[in-house]
Amino acid sequence: MKTYLFHFHEMESANSNILSIQTEKLTKRFGDFTAVNAITLDVKKGEIFGFLGANGAGKTTAMRMLCGLSTPTAGKAVIAGYDVYKGTEQIKKRIGYMSQKFSLYEDLTILENVSFFGGIYGMSSAQLKSKSEALITQLGLENETKKLVGSLPLGWKQKLAFSVAVLHQPEIVFLDEPTGGVDPVTRRQFWDLIYDASDAGITVFVTTHYLDEAEYCNRISIMVDGSIAALDTPSNLKKKFSTESMDDVFYELARGAKRSGD
Amino acid sequence: MGTSFSIPNSQFSIQANSLTKWYGKEKAVAVNEVSFKVENGEIFGLIGPDGAGKTSIFRMLTTLLLPDGGSASVSGFDVVKDYKQIRNTVGYMPGKFSLYPDLSVEENLHFFATVFNTTIETNYHLIKDIYVQIEPFKTRRAGKLSGGMKQKLALCCALIHKPTVLFLDEPTTGVDPVSRKEFWEMLKRLKKEGITILVATPYMDEANLCDRIALLQSGKVLTINSPATISASFPHPILKVKANKMSTVIKSLASLQGVISCHGFGEYAHVVVEKENDKIIDSIKEHLVAQKLQGIEVQKSEPTIEDVFISFSRNGISQ
Repeated sequence: MKTYLFHFHEMESANSNILSIQTEKLTKRFGDFTAVNAITLDVKKGEIFGFLGANGAGKTTAMRMLCGLSTPTAGKAVIAGYDVYKGTEQIKKRIGYMSQKFSLYEDLTILENVSFFGGIYGMSSAQLKSKSEALITQLGLENETKKLVGSLPLGWKQKLAFSVAVLHQPEIVFLDEPTGGVDPVTRRQFWDLIYDASDAGITVFVTTHYLDEAEYCNRISIMVDGSIAALDTPSNLKKKFSTESMDDVFYELARGAKRSGD
Repeated sequence: MGTSFSIPNSQFSIQANSLTKWYGKEKAVAVNEVSFKVENGEIFGLIGPDGAGKTSIFRMLTTLLLPDGGSASVSGFDVVKDYKQIRNTVGYMPGKFSLYPDLSVEENLHFFATVFNTTIETNYHLIKDIYVQIEPFKTRRAGKLSGGMKQKLALCCALIHKPTVLFLDEPTTGVDPVSRKEFWEMLKRLKKEGITILVATPYMDEANLCDRIALLQSGKVLTINSPATISASFPHPILKVKANKMSTVIKSLASLQGVISCHGFGEYAHVVVEKENDKIIDSIKEHLVAQKLQGIEVQKSEPTIEDVFISFSRNGISQ
């Protein structure tokens, strides 16, 4: 059964009455170290949510809890309608995930990777066939399907990894620094894919160190030392900090951080 | 080998002359006749995405890889003939963490000082600002450090013998904006000590922090100059445009008459136009109104290094 923590009455668009992610004072401690300290946030269906913070702020730990990979120490969270304590398996089926580090199997071809990941997510072979054809066409990879993924430029790999992560039409896709090191043109094409996914109703939860990309998000949060120090639309945050640039907002909040490193 | 590097040149710390490297049976070209010169005491940036050839250039200049064509010198020493002298005088921080994970912070630093016949005390002034930040963890094994601390230790180890030239291969990749800013402030202090710095980065905004840069893509140099000169050389006017739905702005303006290209740049889209005049501004506004967009803003804007890079990519030099 789907459960919801809160009731929301504000509706800005057709999708905004449904929440994909709700957390309340979500906390993770390792011994006496509080990696994630009582974070509360909610993300609407189809929203592009930027999850920012310095290295070591607790982003990865928070994301692991939201994906059902790490059990919280305290607090509540409902992801895609399922409780993070009891519904981890259901959560995993309803989300997609990609990171800069692990994306796809380099020794498999493009098509083999698509079939493999589609299969893991339980797609039927008929579904897989039509979906993978659409994916290949969207990325313009018709002539490359038999190429090993390892031979592709990083930008293509990342676009492909994203498309594979949303192949099973998850409710939410989690992206952990998806565009690090990618060239400027491909980085923008990547964001076109994100917009398309969002238009199709997929919620996008993304971390990035490129602050221009923070501007492409509907709302962003900035984590400092395990807590959420700010959460709003990019333009409201800039107003709040009386600045024109997102760099200033980030610098203002994060430079007081006591923790560093990953 | 074309130019002779047998006489050390006092003005340039690094000279690369048609440097070329290929890999594998198919001889895939990673570095394609790359030439540039770095003056003594300069911060010179190799700016380009993954696959541009930055790491191969670094490895050839630090004598870890033999060139397949061209020549290069560092501090007047030839990278092939005089590799021993080069290894004694340069500091190198590879993109991949390469210290001993089983040695402690302190032991790694001591090891590198000893290898170069010096002591931590002799050049402590060079690393002090950085080392104090990791000193609380000096007994921790390097393999157990966080990413940010590993990076700081690697820089200390690359500096401990007071190199004349410092090679930094993507020191800030995956590093958050605040730590990146601090890192660049550190580089400016090293420059004051007279150390020449060659630094690679995929972040276009860091280009402006270098004295001069080479833009690289797919193994080729696109252009070399000061960042300001490169930005100013952009051949077309740029307008920055904003409205309530940016994805629509970017998609719909790209095909408008008089518009060369349109790309997202944070809050605004940069619209490259053939001519900047009231006619094109009105035409953009009308077009966006017709798309039922609101909050429309159109202003003149200055080109950035990223605009220049995108324009090179669009003109077919890209992969």
